[in-house]
Amino acid sequence: MSALLEARGVWKYFGAFAALRTVDLEIAAGSTLALLGPNGAGKTTLLRILAALSRPSRGTVTLAGGDLRAARRRIGVLGHGIAIYDELTAQENLQFFATLYDLAGPEELISRWIEQVGLARARHLPARQFSRGMRQRLAIARAFLHEPEILLLDEPFTALDDRAAALLSGLIEQAGAAGRTVVISTHQLREALALATDVAVLDRGRMAFCGPNNDEVRAAPEAFYRKHTEAAA
Amino acid sequence: MKARSEWISAAAAGEAALPAMARLRGWLRPILAVALKDLRIERRSKEVINAAFSFALVVLLLFSFAFDPSAEETRTLSGGLLWVVYSFCGALALNRGFARETQHDCLDALTASPASGSAIFLGKALANAVLLLALEVATLPIFTVFYNVRWEAGFWWLALVFPLATWGFTVVGTMFSILTVNVQLRELMLPLLVFPITVPVLMAAVELTTTVFSGQPLAEDWAWLRLLIGFDVIFTTLSAALAEVVLVG
Repeated sequence: MSALLEARGVWKYFGAFAALRTVDLEIAAGSTLALLGPNGAGKTTLLRILAALSRPSRGTVTLAGGDLRAARRRIGVLGHGIAIYDELTAQENLQFFATLYDLAGPEELISRWIEQVGLARARHLPARQFSRGMRQRLAIARAFLHEPEILLLDEPFTALDDRAAALLSGLIEQAGAAGRTVVISTHQLREALALATDVAVLDRGRMAFCGPNNDEVRAAPEAFYRKHTEAAA
Repeated sequence: MKARSEWISAAAAGEAALPAMARLRGWLRPILAVALKDLRIERRSKEVINAAFSFALVVLLLFSFAFDPSAEETRTLSGGLLWVVYSFCGALALNRGFARETQHDCLDALTASPASGSAIFLGKALANAVLLLALEVATLPIFTVFYNVRWEAGFWWLALVFPLATWGFTVVGTMFSILTVNVQLRELMLPLLVFPITVPVLMAAVELTTTVFSGQPLAEDWAWLRLLIGFDVIFTTLSAALAEVVLVG
């Protein structure tokens, strides 16, 4: 399969600190990549670069061989923050992002997603009145609303309640089945490997491993992870 | 009657104009969406308006005790007093304007969207400018009563000067609020960065407002008005062009 999202020789500096060092990564169309690594390995930094939220200090990132920033309509991001405005209702939050993405038939789309994430009865309530789980589900709807071809999920299962975690797992599986490309940055090995077709391991800013999620990986994920991270040293 | 060739060329020009109009609409849509979203949030939270209006009221009241409202000199100081209040209220409002976007990493979702950096920037600036103008409109009658100034004759001048000066101040302020969004002590940093750069705008606003309040003709003040317009054009263009670079670190 040809690479849809491609990083070549990517470095990222924060002052004198190199958060990423010569990272090469090819993500094939339709694949689900689990991006693993310990805290501070550079997962979030790499994901932000892949989401066109940050520029590499050196190296290039392309989407289908073209400019990544120009193609960000094709990307959906679910980061650490929920990216929801507390003073707006669920409906207004999604309406705002639908306008930014210039979605056709936004009302129907918004209604469908509000139903899907189980917020139909709360759609006209301000998000500040939502429980944590409801906010998380609204954030999921926001990230999936424009039906992106590529989903970049940064620690998506962290702090999710059971309902939101089940919803997200289902959506990731559906996205994979529909031929969409998914990148999941996570510490949660088993959850990520259950969904992933490919695995990449970052360690101290370097790409320690990048390959398919094969039987060898699945048979002993912890041992595989330790082998490729600093903990093994 | 138009010749056939003229009709054809007019139709061709119309077709060519269509994508240009669509592009313009595509560029304006996120600007308005961001501005309306900010104004809607402010209408509900009243976070900025309440704080800035209370501040303006207290400062105007204190100044009215400090200066004798009947004295002629007060009238010559009135433009300065008013714009001191507006500029500090502006700094207060600008500090909140972008802080709202960092609360749940909303800025990331905005930046990740197809909206261009310039559209996001102009939308934020527009909302800030509308808020400040609303504040100015609300406090001007209070100022008029406290300081016994008359501006009815120069109403149209004020209607021109206030939006121009407010836009100049807001454009610079919004740009620096993006730049300092992740800076520690940003509430201290923002005024320190904004005030020196907006000195020309504030000077022009003070001069023109004082002239109106003094009831003098504005014939000699065209240079200040040209300065305001020039500042707005230059800093709006510059800030809109740099917004994408600043937003995507």
